[in-house]
Amino acid sequence: MRITRSVAGRRRRTAFVATTGLTVTALLLTGCGGSSDSDKGADADGNITLTLADFGQFGYKEAGLFEKYHELNPKITVKEDTTAEEKNYYPKLLQQLNSGSGLADVQGIEVGRIKEIVDTKADSFADLSKAISVDEWVSWKAKQATAPSGAVIGAGTDIGPMSLCYNRELFEKAGLPTDRAEVAKLTEGGWEDFLALGEQYKKKAPKGTYFMDSASAMFNAVVSSSPEQYYDASGKPIYDKSASVEKGWKLAAEAASKKLTQGLAQFEDQWQAALRKSTVATVVCPAWMAGQISTYAGDANKGKWDITSAPGNTSANWGGSFLAVPKSGKNVAEATKLVKWLTAPEQQAAVFKAIGVFPSNQGAYELPDVKNATLPYFNNAPIGQIYADGAKSIPEAVLGPKDGVIKDSISTQINNMEQRGTSPDDAWDAAVRTIDKAIG
Amino acid sequence: MATSTPTRDAYATPPREPKKEPPSERRQLWRSRLWRFDDKASPYAYIAPFFLVFGAFGLYPLLYTGWIALHRVEMTGLDSMEWVGWENFDKILHDPEFWTSVSNTFLIGVISTVPQLLVALGLAHLLNYKLRASTFWRTIILTPYATSVASAALVFALVFRADGGLLNWTLGLVGFDPVNWANGHWTSKLAISIIVIWRWTGYNALIYLAAMQAVPNDLYEAASLDGASRWQQFRKVTIPSLRPTILFTIVISTIGSMQLFGEPLLLEGGALGATGGNENQYETLSIYLYNYGWNLGHLGPAAAVAWAMLALLLLIAAANWFIGRFVRKSAV
Repeated sequence: MRITRSVAGRRRRTAFVATTGLTVTALLLTGCGGSSDSDKGADADGNITLTLADFGQFGYKEAGLFEKYHELNPKITVKEDTTAEEKNYYPKLLQQLNSGSGLADVQGIEVGRIKEIVDTKADSFADLSKAISVDEWVSWKAKQATAPSGAVIGAGTDIGPMSLCYNRELFEKAGLPTDRAEVAKLTEGGWEDFLALGEQYKKKAPKGTYFMDSASAMFNAVVSSSPEQYYDASGKPIYDKSASVEKGWKLAAEAASKKLTQGLAQFEDQWQAALRKSTVATVVCPAWMAGQISTYAGDANKGKWDITSAPGNTSANWGGSFLAVPKSGKNVAEATKLVKWLTAPEQQAAVFKAIGVFPSNQGAYELPDVKNATLPYFNNAPIGQIYADGAKSIPEAVLGPKDGVIKDSISTQINNMEQRGTSPDDAWDAAVRTIDKAIG
Repeated sequence: MATSTPTRDAYATPPREPKKEPPSERRQLWRSRLWRFDDKASPYAYIAPFFLVFGAFGLYPLLYTGWIALHRVEMTGLDSMEWVGWENFDKILHDPEFWTSVSNTFLIGVISTVPQLLVALGLAHLLNYKLRASTFWRTIILTPYATSVASAALVFALVFRADGGLLNWTLGLVGFDPVNWANGHWTSKLAISIIVIWRWTGYNALIYLAAMQAVPNDLYEAASLDGASRWQQFRKVTIPSLRPTILFTIVISTIGSMQLFGEPLLLEGGALGATGGNENQYETLSIYLYNYGWNLGHLGPAAAVAWAMLALLLLIAAANWFIGRFVRKSAV
């Protein structure tokens, strides 16, 4: 479930966790290499241990789904190997695919990488098109994981419909309305309205607080609301001509020059600290972001936050992941069954309830757990309704193989505009240099 | 130290005298040939394991890296290699980021190596005095070296954190504004250097100490008879005697700083660490290599960087040699 701002960066807790992740990763790498070799399917009693490698927070553990699966299938035990950062996870996955060893029975793949995997490694994964009913998924989600041959190599775990999280307490202190509907009304006209609201906030802002955490989040929201992002339909990179990129960049530059943002790199230590200390009044909120906010803002800030629809009722998808089954595994059939079960409506609803990541399986939208879901942390915001509304109108985006790196490079430069006062032109040139290097 | 290795003949000449029942001439000839062969060849056999291992894990990867540097190889398809000649080298040499990392590597190298060796020299001198519990001090001084790069870097990352870091907290007590260490061009380099200095000073001090203890005492006695002070003894006796050792530590530290990787990677960690900071302000060559190969997924240019690093090291070695020769000449 991890998502891209930052393919690189979503769940980076502290550097500490990151490296622990690295180390653990190395251990797991050797660990699971050993076990999948020796398992040879099942042991004498027919018991099977399935390994599931993922990154960040997929929420299965939190929702208790592995235990439940074991209860339903006593012969099957699922072991999850989690790498903290997707950035560390993906190169390892590629290496394992190249060498054909060390792969888990089920592998998570982030949306920023799915195109590259479909383009270059589709043959390494089992075709799930027969096993899962593709029609159940939000249409574009299934398409993202479909190879030209028609093989579906991944089942969507979640999507990231857009909303806006805001700190009621800070809004109130700055003399802004705190009611969901009123806030939504103020930003009805889109992101320009959002920035105007920011200027209003700034006039009476409590000392040391900022309207936004990071302009790159707004950039991502703008770009991901457009079908045309970094690549055109023929697969050519057009990030430097794309209208959505240009619009997002301009807005970000404006936010930076008007000092409406604290200029934090999302998911980094200082960003977490800002949430803990309530120094930011809004966070652009794909569904999974709510879980991040409640985690880092902590119990002390419970009830201070709220969620409303994104400015201009933007429908966008930011992030989301897939589960795929490597062909080389010893238990492809069982692994496929597990993937089918984990991505079925009931289980996605359970994960939504547990950590707030939004189902990609449309069947889940009508379930009471999703439809009527509210988040107590966020002043009982009716998230089921907010996200389900947004999810229906998300445009079908064209993905490219290097989406993740492009997003990362632009985010870094937006951060430089915010933090270091780099001029928009210089920042853009620097972004282009890195991106061209990545694409080339 | 043994200066010459006695040959086998020196202490165990095979019997040449006619014996009561001499073995056949042929057999004797055969034996002596075998003997001579053993004498000549076995040293090579003894050192062979090193060279075999070096060949497999040093030389072969080195050459293969060179081969990759001439190809287009992607992380997503290691099996397809496309010949591109010098294009990868061309790419990195025309990349401003490459030159940024070259200069970063040198700057960090200098501001970490120079103080580190000076402090090590001083520490070694102190440890060379008669001290209570000298073994204890010598052990303590080596402990930073025994900690892993990762744990050292992580602890220092906490010290240098902009927000609630130990150092900023301390500065705050004295009334200074907090410094965003990792964010600044100089502060980030300084922070990394401090980690390096902390880790390696003790190691170098022990090497110096060993060399100091090999300096004959007569020299000091003679010097003090001539009325030389402690400081003069240090300058005129200790330092000249340590010259080869100092050269050795300089070479080792240079190689070390050229490969600097863990410290900058972990100073901020995550995405920023992997690109050496927002503006690549502390990106070293190794980080540049890693970023090119593993983040951007292009192994060709990454391999080219590896060879560029080797070339730079050779250049530095040559410069070192010339300077060393010059110093020796002018010292005479």
